[in-house]
Amino acid sequence: MSVAVRLKGITKRFPGVLANDRIDLVVEAGEIHAICGENGAGKSTLMKILYGMQAPDEGSIEVLDQERTFSSPREAIDVGIGMVHQHFMLADNLTVIENVILGAEPSKGALIDFATARSRLRELGEAYGLALDLDDAVGTLEVGERQRIEIIKILYRGARILILDEPTAVLVPQEVEELFRNLRELKTEGHTIIFIDHKLDEVLEIADTITVLRQGRSVARVKPEDVTAQDLAELMVGSELPTPETREATITDRTAVEVKGISVVDEAGVTRLRDVGFSVQCGEIVGVAGVEGNGQGELVEAILGIIPVSEGSIHLHGDDVTGWSVRQRREAGMGYIPEDRHRRGLLLPAPVWENSILGHQTRRRFLSSRVWIDDEASRDHASNVVERFDVRTPGVHTPVHALSGGNQQKLVVGRELAIECNPLIAAHPTRGIDVGSQAAVWEDLRRARAEGLGLLLISADLEELIGLSDTLLVMLRGEIVARLDPARVTPRELGAYMTGAAA
Amino acid sequence: MAAVGLALLVAALVLVVSGADPLVAFGNIWEYGSRLETVIESFNRATPLYLSGIAFAIAMRMNLFQIGVEGQYILAAFFAAYVGAGVGSLFPPLHIAIILLTAMIVGAAWAGLAGWMKVTRNVHEVISTIMLNAIAVSGLVSFLLGRWKIESESLDTRLGDIATTGWFPSLNPIVELATREIKRVELTGFILVAALVGVAYHLIINRSRLGYDLRATGANPWAAEASGVPPKRTIVLAMLLSGAVAGLVGMADLLGDQHFYSLRFPQGLGFAGIAVALLGRNHAVGAAVAAVAFGWLERASGVLEVRGDAPREIVTIMVAVIILFAVIAYALAQRRRRIEAAAAASAQVESAGGAGEADT
Ligand SMILES: Nc1ncnc2c1ncn2[C@@H]1O[C@H](COP(=O)(O)OP(=O)(O)OP(=O)(O)O)[C@@H](O)[C@H]1O
Ligand SMILES: [Mg+2]
Repeated sequence: MSVAVRLKGITKRFPGVLANDRIDLVVEAGEIHAICGENGAGKSTLMKILYGMQAPDEGSIEVLDQERTFSSPREAIDVGIGMVHQHFMLADNLTVIENVILGAEPSKGALIDFATARSRLRELGEAYGLALDLDDAVGTLEVGERQRIEIIKILYRGARILILDEPTAVLVPQEVEELFRNLRELKTEGHTIIFIDHKLDEVLEIADTITVLRQGRSVARVKPEDVTAQDLAELMVGSELPTPETREATITDRTAVEVKGISVVDEAGVTRLRDVGFSVQCGEIVGVAGVEGNGQGELVEAILGIIPVSEGSIHLHGDDVTGWSVRQRREAGMGYIPEDRHRRGLLLPAPVWENSILGHQTRRRFLSSRVWIDDEASRDHASNVVERFDVRTPGVHTPVHALSGGNQQKLVVGRELAIECNPLIAAHPTRGIDVGSQAAVWEDLRRARAEGLGLLLISADLEELIGLSDTLLVMLRGEIVARLDPARVTPRELGAYMTGAAA
Repeated sequence: MAAVGLALLVAALVLVVSGADPLVAFGNIWEYGSRLETVIESFNRATPLYLSGIAFAIAMRMNLFQIGVEGQYILAAFFAAYVGAGVGSLFPPLHIAIILLTAMIVGAAWAGLAGWMKVTRNVHEVISTIMLNAIAVSGLVSFLLGRWKIESESLDTRLGDIATTGWFPSLNPIVELATREIKRVELTGFILVAALVGVAYHLIINRSRLGYDLRATGANPWAAEASGVPPKRTIVLAMLLSGAVAGLVGMADLLGDQHFYSLRFPQGLGFAGIAVALLGRNHAVGAAVAAVAFGWLERASGVLEVRGDAPREIVTIMVAVIILFAVIAYALAQRRRRIEAAAAASAQVESAGGAGEADT
């Protein structure tokens, strides 16, 4: 078999960090090659180097047996390399077709030739089973669809070597299966695929070859037949594979948050949430299962107070807070882990310490008086979060955009847990976090629960949901369609409820 | 530095094209610019420029492109002059306070209007402030000036004089003490107010709760909203603050120099402030340096016109070119500094990495 990509001795330094340390990587043509490694191991950096987004400090890149140096992604695209980033890069207010052709518009004179683009996209969609409605605004689409757009976008540019950075992190199991079908299809067409993933059973299922990175070095290159998920975990972080499991019940009779019959109607007049009601007690974890886009986002935003409810009421520790502002609710103790850390959870250009108080900037402990922020207390708090939750960063003054995706997530999760919020509204808390740190987060959630935290947990990871929750709700089309006992349900059954196949 | 040289080169080219000898011209600028009078005048000029820059920067910190400082300060100066003259003679601190307060309230109100349009009608602040500039300068002020003007011997259309109790003291006693010379030009005392505003700006933006909310909104409005920052109220508040500072822009001239409002009241300070804020990177000290540099450039190059080396337009172009190049040079230097910092840090990592290797 011929070699599609050969990276030799790639080294990349950032201020205070050696992100890639003489990494060698060989990807054969026509294979699916997985890259695994803990948060901050250097996976995204290595891929950005291959894609011409970042220049290596040392080392060489060979694509199809030709040595290359890329000074921009455009040059990588020209030799057939395409990349879908860990954090999507689509323009929300443009339509699907505009997003796809942006930067590579077929032209007719001075005009964009939409007709040609349309027919080419339709061909591509059919060839790979990637169905899309070309005229939807991207902002209205769900993650699974956005991801398909990203993939089509790079295929449209003629990519033969596809790089996908944590494509499954944002997907529910059904969508993952669909994605994997697409990837296999692409592989039979002769495409080469490199992808990054933290979910080891997924990696074992689809990869032909696996390269493991650890602290910026390539430490192993294995075949999935030869290893178990356990072996992989040990190669990555040197620890055992954790399982989320909640043991003894710690539920109390104090209600942390209760929603009573709430409905949400969006600006276009569409009902997004219909008559949803449940309560989360202190010391209880209530899990919400559902395919992305079935009202979970609206539920979270309504509880937080970002969007208004058209009917029903929301209660926090017994107070009716339906008319309260976000700030009032947060001051009353509400914590929040957003599904998209970049959009709702972080100030990317701001330093770690400022981000470590975001959402709690009005708390007494971070203020030295009514007007002034207590910088010192905030920095101490940040150091505490960084240490306790193993956020890999050169320091608390480092801007958050310089952290790896998983470390950004750990910062968001650590912030809410260290501040001891109650209740905590958490969407996909372990999204993008490596197996080792995942275990730590689960442990922290359990401990907080034992100390009386009421947690509303939304997750695409069914094992996480079943393992952690005391009660499970299933959402479908904006309604709660089932209440299940997590002790008695399997991921497969849960999946059936989520798609409405089970009644 | 190379870019500054380039800026001078282009400026020289402009001069050559206009038929002047650039070497002689630069010599004149330097000779004139290093005189104490020119330096004092530069500071006088820098004072309103700085305030204007800070007004712009406040809004810029939350990504509001508030280009309405121009209209706000002219409107504010007009009303402040009217009120200041109307109240007659008062206890001086009270008189000055009334004038400044009027200016700040008018400026804040005018800017607040743009903020209000943004949060209720979703009108972009660039559109609304451009519109409000036009309404303020060519509409309201012209109209009211026509009605409220007083008869005077000069041809200038003007309002009445502010009584001497409403004059802001100059710093000349101090300057004279320091240089032991009696000067013809006066160093404006308002420079102290500008400094105070700069300090307050720095503290509020970087250290206060309100500043945190402002910056959070500027960095990521969605995350700020989820963190409890009320988006609409913060927009209006930022505009009010920005407008209040904008209201002070004309006060150095009104209280320290002219003491009445007229058609000849200085214009264009609002737009110049944008350049000050940009070059100063919305930073309190950076903007001060930029304001003084611009002030000096403007004053010192004025000599060309006086000496007949070059016509006024050419001087204006030259100054604009130099400013443009300075901004570019600054941006480039900034980038180089970042890259160098990265290299230095990675050198550290390398040695630390080597040590770590020995451990494991
Ligand atoms: N632009 C940057 N500036 C400074 N440091 C950076 C930058 N990008 C990455 N780093 C650092 O390089 C290291 C590797 O980051 P990278 O994003 O490659 O990790 P990763 O393996 O993709 O991790 P994750 O699983 O969390 O996404 C991290 O320590 C990170 O802090
Ligand atoms: Mg990554």
